[in-house]
Amino acid sequence: MKKGYEVVIVGGGIIGNAVAYYLAKEGQKDVLVIEKNYISSGSTGRCAGGIRQQWDSEANIRLAMGSVKIFEGLEDELGFPTEFYQGGYLLLAHTPEHMEWFKKRVELQRSLGLDVRLIDPKEAKDIVPYINTEGLLGATFCPTDGHANPFYVTFGYYKKAQELGVHYLIGKEVAGIEVRESRIRAVILSDGSRVEARNLVNAAGGHARDIARMAGIDIPVNPQRHEILVTEPIGHLFDPLIISFKQGIYFRQELNGGVLMGYGDPEEPWSYNVRSTSRFLFNMTKKVTEVMPILDQVRVLRQWAGLYAMTPDAQPIIGGVEEVEGYYQAVGFSGHGFMVGPKTSELLAELILTGKTSLSLEHLSHKRFKEGKGKIEKAVI
Amino acid sequence: MQGIDKRGDPIICRCNDVTESEIVEVIKKGFTDIEEIKRLLRIGMGPCQGRTCIPLVMRIIARETGVNVDEITPPTSRPPIIPIPIEVARKAAE
Repeated sequence: MKKGYEVVIVGGGIIGNAVAYYLAKEGQKDVLVIEKNYISSGSTGRCAGGIRQQWDSEANIRLAMGSVKIFEGLEDELGFPTEFYQGGYLLLAHTPEHMEWFKKRVELQRSLGLDVRLIDPKEAKDIVPYINTEGLLGATFCPTDGHANPFYVTFGYYKKAQELGVHYLIGKEVAGIEVRESRIRAVILSDGSRVEARNLVNAAGGHARDIARMAGIDIPVNPQRHEILVTEPIGHLFDPLIISFKQGIYFRQELNGGVLMGYGDPEEPWSYNVRSTSRFLFNMTKKVTEVMPILDQVRVLRQWAGLYAMTPDAQPIIGGVEEVEGYYQAVGFSGHGFMVGPKTSELLAELILTGKTSLSLEHLSHKRFKEGKGKIEKAVI
Repeated sequence: MQGIDKRGDPIICRCNDVTESEIVEVIKKGFTDIEEIKRLLRIGMGPCQGRTCIPLVMRIIARETGVNVDEITPPTSRPPIIPIPIEVARKAAE
């Protein structure tokens, strides 16, 4: 490790590794990534790997569409497998209110160029023959949505960034950030050592608020446990990731055949707790069989949990801040950081290197909370 | 021979069909943490939950990287201990 770096990145998930890669790709190789556990140990490695463009807010739709473009060529770009697979996303509506919402959403998404359509229950059953269409009013389907392997994608960015000259400090924790004259100066590690930094990127996922606070910045990002389970591998049953807003669940079949599923518990308090619960196992299995009864016969293999980094409007906070020069962040993804990670990281690297971005990040700036702006993203599960 | 594939390469993870040389290969690529190896090769993610393979993988890492096997922490074990049918879990809630 050197005495100092042009850019120090805190967090070794999708954002930290991808920002490092895009900086190095554009010629800025004086970069250090600090990860306190191991690469992909936080939210990235615990996520469901879904890649969805069917969002409610324009900012999320644009980031996701840009990311899908990148995912499509990422294996070749990184020289690493990604298991990117475009089986689509099927979103189910069971109430007239949801149907109205779906119609509005599709209109906005189509106006931004997304190939998505509203379909009837019959067509939904054609796409996924095993779904229960009882009470189903309609669905939306986007064939270019899909999923990728979060470990592979993150390891791919990590290896390529290293190849390009990025330095890594793994197993060390950031304990403090030195700010003088409203400018980032250095990072202090928990062992007391000091690394000078001209710029700092907060990519700390569920721990982003703590890192921001070290730089004297308060961001409304709170960690919330979300649980997942996966079944034993079974024969191919369905292609798309399925979201049912009635049960508040999502599930998808992995390439190896396992069915991965999760739901958001509105009662879940803010905490760093990532333990699994039997409550989740019981509720999840009940909800998923309402949507796909045939899964009753499949066995649950493993369950785990990770943190959603929630913001008040469920949209990320991306960019710099007025108070501290040299401080950048890509945080608060509220459960969809992996899928928008590639485009977000490319834009953040662009911002650090040139001071501007080719796609406006204004709506995602930290300022929106002070100004009382920001539209709530409702499509989070 | 039982447990040896055609290339004479012992299968370490029987759930996900991972051989010794595949493990050595990722270690040589720089993935030396057992958590990373687990995620790359899906070792310990099958029905046995790592009971068969993890101690073997720890010994291979120790041998290849020169660390003492006692210094390697096994990955977090995930519930359930044995696979259970969704129907059984679902009915347990009622």
